[in-house]
Amino acid sequence: MTFLKGAKRFLVVSAVAYILLKALFLSGLATEYVQQVVLYALVMIIASLGLNVIYGYTGQFSLGHAAFYGIGAYVSACLTHAFAVDSVYAFLPILLFGGLFSGLIGYLIGVPILKLRDDFLAIATLGFGMLVRVLLDNSDKVADVVGGSRGFIGIPRITNLELVFVVLVFLVVVTRNLIFSKYGLFWQCIKDDELASTAFGIDTGRMKSMAFTYGCFLAGVAGGLYAHLYTFLHPSNFDLLKSIDFLVIVIVGGMGSITGTIFAGLLWVGFIEGLRIALPSGILELRWVFIPIFLIILMMLRPYGLFAQKESRFLGIDKT
Amino acid sequence: MEVLGYLLQQLVNGLQLGAIYALIALGYTMVYGVLRLINFAHGDIFMFGSFVAYYLIAKWQMPLSLVFVITMAATALLGLVVEKVAYKPLRGAPRISLLITAVGVSLFLEYFLSLDSMFTPNYIAFPRPFDVVAYDLSLVAITNIQLIIFSVTAASLFLLYLLVYRSKYGRAMRAVAHNQETASLVGINVDAVISFTFAVGTALAGLGGILYGFAYPQINVFMGIMPGIKSFIAAVLGGIGLVHGAVLGGLVIGVSEVFVSAFLSSTLRDGVIFVILLLVLLFRPNGFFGKRREKV
Repeated sequence: MTFLKGAKRFLVVSAVAYILLKALFLSGLATEYVQQVVLYALVMIIASLGLNVIYGYTGQFSLGHAAFYGIGAYVSACLTHAFAVDSVYAFLPILLFGGLFSGLIGYLIGVPILKLRDDFLAIATLGFGMLVRVLLDNSDKVADVVGGSRGFIGIPRITNLELVFVVLVFLVVVTRNLIFSKYGLFWQCIKDDELASTAFGIDTGRMKSMAFTYGCFLAGVAGGLYAHLYTFLHPSNFDLLKSIDFLVIVIVGGMGSITGTIFAGLLWVGFIEGLRIALPSGILELRWVFIPIFLIILMMLRPYGLFAQKESRFLGIDKT
Repeated sequence: MEVLGYLLQQLVNGLQLGAIYALIALGYTMVYGVLRLINFAHGDIFMFGSFVAYYLIAKWQMPLSLVFVITMAATALLGLVVEKVAYKPLRGAPRISLLITAVGVSLFLEYFLSLDSMFTPNYIAFPRPFDVVAYDLSLVAITNIQLIIFSVTAASLFLLYLLVYRSKYGRAMRAVAHNQETASLVGINVDAVISFTFAVGTALAGLGGILYGFAYPQINVFMGIMPGIKSFIAAVLGGIGLVHGAVLGGLVIGVSEVFVSAFLSSTLRDGVIFVILLLVLLFRPNGFFGKRREKV
C-alpha cells in the first residue's frame, strides 16, 4: 500500500508510543486525570493539525478555528444523543459525519471569505466564530437538549485511548500524504506568493478552499472526540481563546510542520495542565497574562515558529 | 404616532451608541491608514479609558474638564507605549506576525488588568458626575447625556478634520498613509508620524471610554472586546482608512444594533452585526465610500 509505505517509520514510532501509553495507563502510574489530559492533548493535536494546514501550509490566517471544532463537537454529540449510541464502532460514522459537517460549513463559509486578504480574513473568521458562539448560546431555543448557554450535558463517554490514537495516526498519515501530493505543493506555493501561483496556473481559489475545508474537517473530528471525552459542552469552550490556543500550538510547533504540531500540542497541553497542578489557583489566573507575552516575544524572535518547515525523519517527508 | 415615537426614540438611542462606536472606529481607521495594522488592542485601550475616568471621578473627585484631559492623555500614553514596545520592533515583518502581536497585546491588557491588584475582573458601577435629565420633545425624549455625547463627538470630529486636512501634521499623516517610503524620502519622519497617529487615535478611544461610562454606567475589564470589534466593523463598513467612513459606519452599526435589540431579540444583536460584516466584506469589501478616495 503506497498510502502507508512512506509513513512506515511513523507507524512504528506511534505503535511504540501507543504501547508505552497503554502500559502507563494500565499500570496505574497515570491517574484518571493524567489519562484524561493525555487524550485531550491528542485531540488538540488533531485540531491544530487542521489549523496548520490552513495557516501553516496555505497561509490563510483563521481566528475562528474553534468555531469549527465546536460545530463538530455539537453535531456529533447531538447525533449520539439522537441515536443513543454508546459503542466505539457505532460512534465512528458519527465522528466522521461531525467532521464532514464541519468541513461542509467550512467550505460554504470559505468560498466567499477566502477571497479576502490576510487581516480581513482574520476579522471575517473572527466574526464567524462569534456568530457561531451566539448561535450556540441560543441553541436551546431550537432544541432544548443542546442546552444553549447552560451547556450540553449527558453526552456518553466514548473516546478512549485506542480511538484517539487510531484516528490521530490515520489523520496524520492522510495529512502527510496530502502535503506530499501536488495539492500540498500548490498550498505551499500559495502561501509563498499567491500572485505568482496564479501565474503558474494554480487555481488558487479552489486550492485555498480545499485546504480550508480539510482543516475544518480535522477540527470537526477533533471536536467530536472532545465532546465524548469530557461529556459536557459549553459555548464558552469554543470562543476566541480556544482559537488562540490552536494558534499558539501551530506557531510554537512551527508553520508548516506536522512534527512540530504534534510536539507542540503535547508540550502546550502538558504545560497548561502542569501549571494547574503545580501552582495554586491564585497564580493560575496569571497564565493568560504570560501566554500573550510569550506570543509577542515569539513573534519578535521567531515569527514562523520554533520548528518552521522542519520535519522529523520519522514522517518520511524529505525536505531539502 | 406612538409607533413613530418609539421608532424615533430607538433611533436616538442607536445614534448615542453609534457616536461612541464612531469615536473608537476613528482610531482603528487612522492606525490602519498609516500602519496597515488592525490594532486589536484598541478596544482594550477604550476600556482603559473608562477605568481611568472611573478612578478620577470616584476616587479623586476631579472636575469634569480635568477628567477628559487626563483620561485622553493616559490612553494616548498607553497607545504610545504599546506602539513602541510591541509594534515598532516588527516594522517590516509579515503582516500576520503584526496581527498576532496585536491579538497578544489585547489579551495581555485584558488579563493583566483583570488581576485583583489591578482593576479586578468585577463589574464596577461608573459614577456619573451629574444627574440625568431628560428633555421631552413631544415625540422623543433626549437626555443630557445624549446631548453631551453628540456634542463631544461632533466637536472632536471637527477638530480631527482640521488636524488631518488643514494642518502640517495631517498632511504628513496623509503622506505616510499614501506611501511610507516616498514620505520618508521627502523628509517626513515616518516613525514620529506613526506614533502621533497612535496617540491621536487612542486619545479618541479614551474619549469614547468616558462617554461609554456615562451612557452605560457599568464597566468591566472585558467590556472593550465587543465595542472594539464592532467599531472595527464600523470602520470596514465605511471604508477602512477614511475618517468620514468610520463615523458613518459607527452610526450605522450603533443604530442597527439598537434596532435589532428593540425589534428582534437582544441576544441576537451581536450575531446580526457579524452577518452585516460578512455581507459587507463579500459585496463591498472597500466599504461605502470605496477606496479611490484620499485616505488617512
